[in-house]
Amino acid sequence: MGTVSTTAAPAPAPSRVQVFLRRVRNGDEIAHVVTMIFGASILLVTAALVYELWIQSAQSRAKFGWSFFVTSTWDPINGIFGAWPYIYGTLVTTTVALVIAVPLGLGAAIFLSELAPPKVSSSLSFVIDLLAAVPSVIYGVLAVFLLEPVMRTTIQPFLKHTLGILPIFKELFKGPAYGFGYLTAGIVLSIMTVPFIISVSREVLMAVPQDQREASLGLGATRWETTFKIVVGYARTGILGSIFLSMARALGETMAVTMVIGNVAKVSSSLFAPGYSIAAVIANEFADATSELHLSSLVELGLVLFLLTFILNGLARVMIIATSRRGAGASQR
Amino acid sequence: MSLRTIWRKTVNVVMLSLTGLCALIAVSALFLILGCLAWKGATSLHWSFFTQLPAPVGEIGGGIANAIVGTGKLLLLAALIGIPVGLLGAVYLAEFASSTSAFFIRYATDLLNGVPSIVIGIFAYTVIVLPMHHFSALAGGFALGVMMVPIILRSCEEFLRNVPRSLREGSMALGASKWRTIARVVIPAASSGILTAILLSLARVAGETAPLIFTAFGNQFWPHGLNQPTAALPVVIYNYALSPYDDWHRQAWAAGLVLILLVVVTNVLTRLLLQREAAGRS
Amino acid sequence: MRKSILSLVLCLGVTGIVLAQSGGVQINAGGATFPNPIYSKWFNEYNKMHPNIQINYQSQGSGFGKAQLVARSIDFGASDGPMTDDELSKAGFKILHFPTVMGADVPSYNIPGVNATLKFTQKALAGIYLGTITKWNDGELTKANPGVKLPAEDIIVVHRSDSSGTSYIWTDFLSKANSEWKSKVGTGTTVNWPVGLGGKGNEGVMGTVKQQPYSIGYVELIYAIQNHEPFGDVQNLDGVFVTASLEGVSAAAAGAAKSMPDDFRVSITNAPGKTSYPISSFTWLLIPAKITDASKRDAIKGFLKWMLLDGQKDCEALSFARLPTQVIAKETKAIDQIQ
Repeated sequence: MGTVSTTAAPAPAPSRVQVFLRRVRNGDEIAHVVTMIFGASILLVTAALVYELWIQSAQSRAKFGWSFFVTSTWDPINGIFGAWPYIYGTLVTTTVALVIAVPLGLGAAIFLSELAPPKVSSSLSFVIDLLAAVPSVIYGVLAVFLLEPVMRTTIQPFLKHTLGILPIFKELFKGPAYGFGYLTAGIVLSIMTVPFIISVSREVLMAVPQDQREASLGLGATRWETTFKIVVGYARTGILGSIFLSMARALGETMAVTMVIGNVAKVSSSLFAPGYSIAAVIANEFADATSELHLSSLVELGLVLFLLTFILNGLARVMIIATSRRGAGASQR
Repeated sequence: MSLRTIWRKTVNVVMLSLTGLCALIAVSALFLILGCLAWKGATSLHWSFFTQLPAPVGEIGGGIANAIVGTGKLLLLAALIGIPVGLLGAVYLAEFASSTSAFFIRYATDLLNGVPSIVIGIFAYTVIVLPMHHFSALAGGFALGVMMVPIILRSCEEFLRNVPRSLREGSMALGASKWRTIARVVIPAASSGILTAILLSLARVAGETAPLIFTAFGNQFWPHGLNQPTAALPVVIYNYALSPYDDWHRQAWAAGLVLILLVVVTNVLTRLLLQREAAGRS
Repeated sequence: MRKSILSLVLCLGVTGIVLAQSGGVQINAGGATFPNPIYSKWFNEYNKMHPNIQINYQSQGSGFGKAQLVARSIDFGASDGPMTDDELSKAGFKILHFPTVMGADVPSYNIPGVNATLKFTQKALAGIYLGTITKWNDGELTKANPGVKLPAEDIIVVHRSDSSGTSYIWTDFLSKANSEWKSKVGTGTTVNWPVGLGGKGNEGVMGTVKQQPYSIGYVELIYAIQNHEPFGDVQNLDGVFVTASLEGVSAAAAGAAKSMPDDFRVSITNAPGKTSYPISSFTWLLIPAKITDASKRDAIKGFLKWMLLDGQKDCEALSFARLPTQVIAKETKAIDQIQ
């Protein structure tokens, strides 16, 4: 028997149900659950995406296996589907794009992070972000009406008669100057990827601790030597990450590429030749595919594209994070 | 001064100026693009262009009215999917999530962000068009919405995290529950950032063509409701540009000008909004 | 306060858009680019006469028309290559073919400095598309065009990048005309093209030819005419060089008109007759035999009846040939097959 006291008996400890009801009445639990559901829906959608890609490509994966990637024939009538011309075209146009965009982008990033005064740097960065926001179809329109004729009448003949005389370039610039082809598509892609290289590289360069620069200049290095050997060297992993990021973007570009690449499923060593890319063939043939195998092969191409961009984006993120952590950990800027 | 020093100094000047040249080229590219579109498209921008439906093939005239309305409808649908999922998901990550679930959700978001738009189109086709036996604005809006989610989520999460702890703690010290703090204090504090994230993602998906080709399909007439196909600005530009008709080319340029003005104006406005907010706070 | 007004406006806006369903019938169709100029005109005209009926036709290629009809994501399709028995059996439901107009595939070219109408032998066209004839001043071409100075430039061949009925007509002709083509490439809406650039739709091929000097591409007659591009005469089965024209197409269809099969699937390429244009073809609307939605069914049947009676008068202006009268009579009876 408990002690009798004049004060009120202590209230019994609230049961678990009562605690839960109180929290629900507070709304916190509801908020938690509701936002969790929305957050989880992203997981659901992503999982569904991967699932659909996997399931819909099952027929062609089963039929062709690994040979899908090395076969050059794409014959819907006879049911033979090989992805090599599209993989080749995607790789070639991306390479051309990077060869142009990386030096250009890195140079501009260096200027923006090292040389330009902060206000100028941030305004110019904004302009470059606008470049990244221009829709792909507009690049395509400009490429078809303005770039292609210039390529056909001026640039390609020029390249053929100057660099084309040298042994390696002779092979690259062989054939008639169509105007449509790997080179034109690569050039359009380079303009589209430059903004990404610039913005990410600029951030990575700005994260390099200031004392690195000061130490180098203190030892008598010129501004350029400091910038290139020390700063860029310090940030090289992050810059490589920015290249991977832009590569991932370039691989998935559809509209601008399909409008100028020529849409021909053939492999050619010449940059002037027309070709095809993975994204372009999906855009052109997906809605037309009459046989299940055809559709399955196109979805398998989509799966390939997805995996490539997934790997590149993952690597890029790791590299960029590594560089910023290194910079932030060292000292304050 | 030794020869080597002279060489190093020359290299220094040359390379640094080259970087300046690179920056100049990159920046002027944008003005070149805007200039070309304005030069080729501005003359076609008259009232009838914005208010008329397309004319039959080969005939001159007509406009892109249904494409503008169609894009508007698609963006509305995309926003209905993208904003709730993106914003509430960001709230979950910033306020409630444990580190494991946060990791998985962030991972999935980044994955989704990197998916090429044409693959999202495939997804929307298999998940919506095929079962519904219909091309529709819904399918197109879904594809665009899925693309919007990662963009909104990542920016909003950052803006929410940037709201100072002191604000949250002050609110809770006054007796507000956690959700009330979020709804009445944190989100309003981050509101301009959230708004800019929404506007920027809308501007981004407004220009997407690839996922719409086999979802929204296209429509010669006004789009009705959600269940029917709809014309969209970027798809119309694509079709007209590839055609052989000069009049369609002219319209493609003008429509391109409209699209890029939409994108540029949105970006400039959001930037000004953010700057004013930052200035106001400091 | 501001937030609640904003959310109210948003809700109203959304409801307004969602509820903006017209009382009318919207029919979605897609397919062949070959007849798109006249289909686009017909559907536009029909909508003006019946404002509550909107037939939304998207010119995406015959392959699109067939594939999406089978997937049942469009209400009817259109194709210039009839569906094969195999395709019909795989569809899972009955599909009827309704010819609408007849047209011609022409070889359109863009040779700076050459405005004359070139004559193409059957061997020449096959050789160009096989890649065995590579230059414009090749013997096969100069032989047939004695008065024309053809340059020593590479021929830039253009074909379709998408699945196309126009390609079907072209390859059907080449297969009949040339055994090497038949064995190496064959007939189809998509084939393994030995050479050339790909353009999307008749529109894309015409656009590419227009922009590329020294190119040649096959397009429906009206595309070459509307874009003021020269196109060549083609040698027919009887050895005569015929210019594509409505008379030539009608002459090619004359034999088939008399013995038209019940399902209307027939090929009239390389038809006999001195005036027959060899690359002629019917083009068909692909309509499901069973349409459950009554308003759509009535709208489609109504359109077909109008098309066969009144719509045919639009043909000449757009350089398509009218259907032969026997075919029109047979088709009008066949409309009743749509349940």
